[in-house]
Amino acid sequence: MPSKKTRILIAKPGLDGHDRGAKFIARTLRDEGYEVIYTGIRQTPEAIVQTAIQEDVDFVGLSLLSGAHNELFPRVVDLLKENGAEDIKVIGGGIIPEEDIPLLKEKGVQAVFGPGTSTEQIVEFIEHGSGR
Amino acid sequence: MDLVDDIRRGEVRAIARAISLIEDLEPEAELLADSLFPHTGRALILGVTGSPGAGKSTLVDRLITLERRSGHKVAVIAIDPSSPFSGGAVLGDRLRMQEHATDPGVFIRSMASRGFLGGVAAATGDVLKVLDAAGYDTIFIETIGVGQTEVKIVELSDIVLLVLMPGMGDEIQAMKAGVMEIGDIFIINKKDMPGADKLLMEVEYVLSFKNPGEDTVTNPIVMTSATNGEGIGLLREAIAAHRTEIARSGKLEQKRRFRLERELMGVLNRKIHQLMDVHIEVSKQLPDWADTLYRRKACPYALINKQIQNFLKEGRGDRTN
Repeated sequence: MPSKKTRILIAKPGLDGHDRGAKFIARTLRDEGYEVIYTGIRQTPEAIVQTAIQEDVDFVGLSLLSGAHNELFPRVVDLLKENGAEDIKVIGGGIIPEEDIPLLKEKGVQAVFGPGTSTEQIVEFIEHGSGR
Repeated sequence: MDLVDDIRRGEVRAIARAISLIEDLEPEAELLADSLFPHTGRALILGVTGSPGAGKSTLVDRLITLERRSGHKVAVIAIDPSSPFSGGAVLGDRLRMQEHATDPGVFIRSMASRGFLGGVAAATGDVLKVLDAAGYDTIFIETIGVGQTEVKIVELSDIVLLVLMPGMGDEIQAMKAGVMEIGDIFIINKKDMPGADKLLMEVEYVLSFKNPGEDTVTNPIVMTSATNGEGIGLLREAIAAHRTEIARSGKLEQKRRFRLERELMGVLNRKIHQLMDVHIEVSKQLPDWADTLYRRKACPYALINKQIQNFLKEGRGDRTN
């Protein structure tokens, strides 16, 4: 009997070492029944994309608090596309100023979840592709 | 199957997708595994097991570096437990191996145990076929952190590396059957920690109990400090020497034959389960059966024997039709 599991990579690109949020999200998603791959801090977009492909994830969740999201998030989207893996959806989190969100979405980030996001919102997005 | 060709060409996306098909028990998984089977048997399969926190992932990370220096392609299956409550999992083993993430000669895959006991996942054997057929020379299987009964790794690997560390308990622990019996190569990691020499003596002592003649292959013990990279070269030499030894003595072939026997038993058991479930709807009927037992209207063995007899009768009926 088939039993498809949704797999999610939680990755921290860039140079900030604040991984509490990423770890919290990883645990929360586990408690919702997802398989979460966690790769730790200071990952290059190249490493994140190769990991996402090898792990055959459905989503990549990027957490960033350093302010480099406008460069690094779209870079991950682009590299996935270059590697023929544009079906893997990229979502972002961390400290992302409200005014940056439209640009990130324009560049292919599917959703951005900032502080105060509820678990329900994230699950709703993963299951139905809606939410913010 | 196109997928089989892509896997054999080593296309990463195809390999990754095939593993998911197998893990998710998709209908095409059986055919896929069988199509890959003729192309397997080349890779050296190393099982890495030991207590949580013993340093399994870090050791694998270091060994990957050495394997790559010799030009070998390396794959890793890193298994972590699924939550028994949510069915979800946080898979964090590859965190220690991420320096290899962008090396095209290295493929790392995290697997959740998905409720399977024994320290590995049920699909591990078929996932091995994918990686073997894809041309990886060395495949590491890193088990979940084990206690004393998670010994399935023996049925999957050519050589089992048992990772121990000082301070995890005394001689009594080392004496216990189970994981201590499955190690081919014993690694005392964190050798710079107090108690490492004592642990070495204890392991040597326990290994000296092996009946002479029962197993003529020697079990190397290697002391390492994975974090500092110490002893890893010696470990790799020990693995290579052990491989040569078991290949020459015929033990490797014997192990591989045993592995196939276990695999057949596994498939048979699974198929019987599925058949029973379809024919006598075990899952559906279980609450009713439990109810009759609860009311003491039936007894467990008699009830099951009757169900099996009915099943076998039906089976005969099917064939004469």
